[in-house]
Amino acid sequence: MLKVDVEKNLKAFHLASRFECESSGVIALFGRSGAGKSSIVNMLSGLLSPDRGHIAIRDRVLFDSDQGINVPPQKRRLGYVFQEDRLFPHLSVRGNLLYGWNRAPREDRRIQLEQVVTLLGIEPLLERRPGRLSGGEKQRVALGRALLANPSLLLMDEPLAALDQARKEDVLPFIERLRDDFEVPIIYVSHSMEEIVRLADTMVLISDGQVEAVGAVDDIMGRLDLRPLTGRYEAGAVIAAQISSHDHSFGLTELQFGGGTLRIPLLDMPTGTLLRLRIRARDVSLALRPPNDISIQNVFKATIVDIGSETGPQVDLRLDAGGAAVWARITKRALVTLKLEPGREVYAMVKAIAVDRHSLGRVTGSDRFLSGN
Amino acid sequence: MYSLTPLELDALQLSLRVAFFAVALSVPLGIAAAWLLARCNFPGKAVFDGIVHLPLVLPPVVVGYLLLVLLGREGLIGRWLYEVFDITLAFTWQGAAIAAAVMAFPLMVRSIRLALELVDRNLEAAAFTLGAGSWNVFFSITLPLISPGILAGCLLAFARSLGEFGATITFAANIPGATQTIPLALYSVIQTPDGEFPALRLAILSVVLSFAALAVSEILARRLRTRLAG
Repeated sequence: MLKVDVEKNLKAFHLASRFECESSGVIALFGRSGAGKSSIVNMLSGLLSPDRGHIAIRDRVLFDSDQGINVPPQKRRLGYVFQEDRLFPHLSVRGNLLYGWNRAPREDRRIQLEQVVTLLGIEPLLERRPGRLSGGEKQRVALGRALLANPSLLLMDEPLAALDQARKEDVLPFIERLRDDFEVPIIYVSHSMEEIVRLADTMVLISDGQVEAVGAVDDIMGRLDLRPLTGRYEAGAVIAAQISSHDHSFGLTELQFGGGTLRIPLLDMPTGTLLRLRIRARDVSLALRPPNDISIQNVFKATIVDIGSETGPQVDLRLDAGGAAVWARITKRALVTLKLEPGREVYAMVKAIAVDRHSLGRVTGSDRFLSGN
Repeated sequence: MYSLTPLELDALQLSLRVAFFAVALSVPLGIAAAWLLARCNFPGKAVFDGIVHLPLVLPPVVVGYLLLVLLGREGLIGRWLYEVFDITLAFTWQGAAIAAAVMAFPLMVRSIRLALELVDRNLEAAAFTLGAGSWNVFFSITLPLISPGILAGCLLAFARSLGEFGATITFAANIPGATQTIPLALYSVIQTPDGEFPALRLAILSVVLSFAALAVSEILARRLRTRLAG
């Protein structure tokens, strides 16, 4: 169990954040830049002290203003991966990797150098200095260094933000493997919905220093009332699906989800794999009757649950497709001419190539995501 | 012709010894003072800053005189040192080393302070999160990162000590074989009849010594730079 209840006066605003969640898997702190995510992580790490509050991880109290407890960062045993790599320039990659390991209590050293080096594929870099590494390599070493300190929790503050898209794709799979292979819970700060959907199980939504919602990623993403915070452009539903077959002749992969079958460009993953994927609202269109003779590969039946009340020419509809929440963004003109209203049954259409490939994330642990809300 | 006279040999050995001990004395104190100035806020910091820099702006003779007042056998601290530990600093080579150290101190502090201010504190924060305590972070991260600055400070202090004249002659006097460093020997030689040629020899010796110090420091600096840059 992770308990956070902190208050601090920052220059821009008063931060007062409170949340509790299971300390397992990946917990994402999501919010716009300047929402206070990094401050919260810094308070967890001990690098920043709250004015008031309480922080505990698995019943271990790290901070409590009432009891006068403030464990210094070096005693908290939390790994921290920063936005910049922060590798020590005067030490070799090996020296960097072992810096925290050497300082960890002997009985805590479960994770060994060889495991991490193999996982991150940094064997050839071991004797090099950080100055001779590329951005992606540096961040991999930084991941390894934090992991080798054998922390009880890993903090990651936008670890990919300083990398370009190609380097991000280099590093992301390693974070996934790290999540799957080692039982270290991760707190992952990001303002990128793609990364969160791909990596996280639990999501804490933060705005202006306040926690707006805590819950499973697809639950939070499915809530229309949180839309102003989850972002309009990013708007889309996160659904869970399972790979049922691959169609190599057409280069497509078939997925099963609550609403039926989805076809998306071929994935290099075994059948049976549980996936989480995001369908952007602007990629979903609606029809009242089953459409024939069209190129769109994905058509499924859904019921309108809720209609957004946005100003402007567009409107977002929340649909229920066999238990899975899907959103559609259509024009107000279409809304009126089709006489759409909650309870109405429609056919939702999604282009196969529209599915956001960067957002594909493997679901870990339970299959609770398959059941929708 | 190419061998050194006993007077020159004495002066050379003494100069090296004085400069070496002056640097050795001012390195740890210089790091401490630079740390206080770069990292800490305390009442009277401006005054402390002023005192550290005083030898840079005061006439060296004044510094020598102040040392005599403080550390001379009748001085405020000097008397205590003499009575309790039987230590005499004035008019000894140790006194010359202290005079040189005091004169070189501001240069040492400035150089280290500059290096400290350039250290990325984020690296230290990272070291804390990896389980290192304050002293551990200092020795494993901060000290290696400021080592080029310390080296530069050492060179400046060493060179300054080799050339020290005013404070030394006031506090330690000009005793051949005891406190007569190269500049003092040169000064003495010039005042004797037919002293031009021995003076020239001493001047050349001084130039050679300075170049050697510069070369050694350049080699060390290059090594440190490649170590830090990867």
